[in-house]
Amino acid sequence: MTNRTVLVLLDPAAEVRSSVLELLTIGRDLGRVEVVTLESPSVEALARLGTHGVETVHQAELPAAVRGDARHLPAVVAATLAAAVRRTDADVVLAPSTFAAKEAVALAGHALGAGVIIDAAGVTEDADGRIVGTKRVFAGSWDTTSVVTTDVALLTVRANAVVPKPADAAVATEVEGFAVPVDAPLPAVTQRVPVVRDAARPTLEEAAVVVAGGRGTGGDFGPVEDLADALGAAVGASRDAVFEGWFDRYVGQTGVTVAPRLYIGAGISGAPHHRGGMQASQVIVAVNADPEAPIFEICDFAVVGDLADVLPQAAEVIRAHKAAR
Amino acid sequence: MRIVVLVKYVPDIDADRRFEDCRVVRTPGEGTLNELDENALEAALRIVESLDDDARTAAEVVALTVAPEQGDLALRKAFQMGVDRGVRVSDDALAGSDYAGTAAALAAAVRRLEADGPVDLVITGMAALDGLGSVVPALVAAELGRPALTFAKKVALTDGVLEVVRETDEATETLSAPLPALLSVADTANTPRMPNFKLIMAARTKAIEAWTLADLGLDAALVGDAGARTTTTHAAPRPARPEVELVQDKGSGGKDLAEYLIRHDLV
Repeated sequence: MTNRTVLVLLDPAAEVRSSVLELLTIGRDLGRVEVVTLESPSVEALARLGTHGVETVHQAELPAAVRGDARHLPAVVAATLAAAVRRTDADVVLAPSTFAAKEAVALAGHALGAGVIIDAAGVTEDADGRIVGTKRVFAGSWDTTSVVTTDVALLTVRANAVVPKPADAAVATEVEGFAVPVDAPLPAVTQRVPVVRDAARPTLEEAAVVVAGGRGTGGDFGPVEDLADALGAAVGASRDAVFEGWFDRYVGQTGVTVAPRLYIGAGISGAPHHRGGMQASQVIVAVNADPEAPIFEICDFAVVGDLADVLPQAAEVIRAHKAAR
Repeated sequence: MRIVVLVKYVPDIDADRRFEDCRVVRTPGEGTLNELDENALEAALRIVESLDDDARTAAEVVALTVAPEQGDLALRKAFQMGVDRGVRVSDDALAGSDYAGTAAALAAAVRRLEADGPVDLVITGMAALDGLGSVVPALVAAELGRPALTFAKKVALTDGVLEVVRETDEATETLSAPLPALLSVADTANTPRMPNFKLIMAARTKAIEAWTLADLGLDAALVGDAGARTTTTHAAPRPARPEVELVQDKGSGGKDLAEYLIRHDLV
């Protein structure tokens, strides 16, 4: 532990999701953690931040023209992060690896002349106290280590990098406003419809367990959802299944990239595109009727069989096991 | 209407992708045009095709890449789809460029193209399939001082105003900006056309303009290893997974699966 200041991005500020709790956990190992928001945090969010040791939330006060929906534009978030670094003399900025946060972090690094690591799978420091990010690249087939050589380091971190844990002692959290100038040319946001989240399931980006369905479902995601519910898992799909209109979000290198503790692919052949989005998962399980499916080459456990038989039976055994505990 | 499409030469996704001395190996024959850039090229060509006759005749689509010589493969593919001009920026000083260095070089090349006339639109794919950082488009926009409309799944250009619909992790957004602007398109934005036979033949001999940093007036200290703010210190293949435990479902495959998960403390 050093006397570094670590800023964690919380956007939106209504709830503190598990990906942000992970960043707070990583941040506490690197220094003192403070939070940056674009809006007023909810009461629940503040309480959660307190249990994770956050004493200060820096809330952007934006020019009138960029309030409302425009405040979530990456260029606005970037201006906020850069201003927060200058205000607090922070050493490290951490944000989740969403497409929007990645752009914001890169733009803030650009404004600050600071080093940026995108999609880190882990963050540590080296013997000289420099910030180090590890990454999994080429569909999880290579591990790389990069060192940030500037005084300030900005990183986006993939979900499931660490297991989030609260601070040793809870603290009171204060919100401090600070003025943020925005001079980047911005597009107009003419409409913004927030994604409605399924409260009963974790999100695909953050879940520790993911069950995904592909062409082999024939369009019936019932067995996939059944097993996901038994495991408390998120549900995803292959790109094919999404293009067929059977499901809304796909796991793939251009869709959602996941690296959960457990990934189960059902009726998914394992084309390169899909593998690029899930191959970094810790344990990979596949169910496919085709014994030649390429996904069998990269998994730990596989069942050759009809997913409509296999998944409900697995869900039943898992439910019985949980009930007996 | 002048459109510059930023394209990248990347290792083929089916080839053995690897690092040497902490750098991505880009061997001729194992590399290709980044597949997601085909969506960018398609978007540019459709915008030009939607113009009236006079405007279409006057329009120009330029494919621009920062790459060593083998990057010409990516430009040839762009010619096959129908772009008018191909420019490659190559310079030993570019080796080791990070996101910021790459964006600086691309933006300098766009400014160089602006010496011949305004560039109305810069279009990119949503990410490069080697690094997958997906931040270079936003950085190029910042370098050029243009609004960025990224990850578009729908694109419309009406009376010089670009409007896109995009899906982020948080919301579905409609963004708009007057040109000049930067647009990045998602892989759901369109279906790229197949190369045209006549264009395939012509693409073999089309001239590619090769520029150096000196041609761009760009300080070599800002790019490559010299300008990089991160250094990759280690790159190694991940250890192979242990051999797969494979079960044939003869009525108890689901039970076997559940027991595997329970045994490995995954439930």
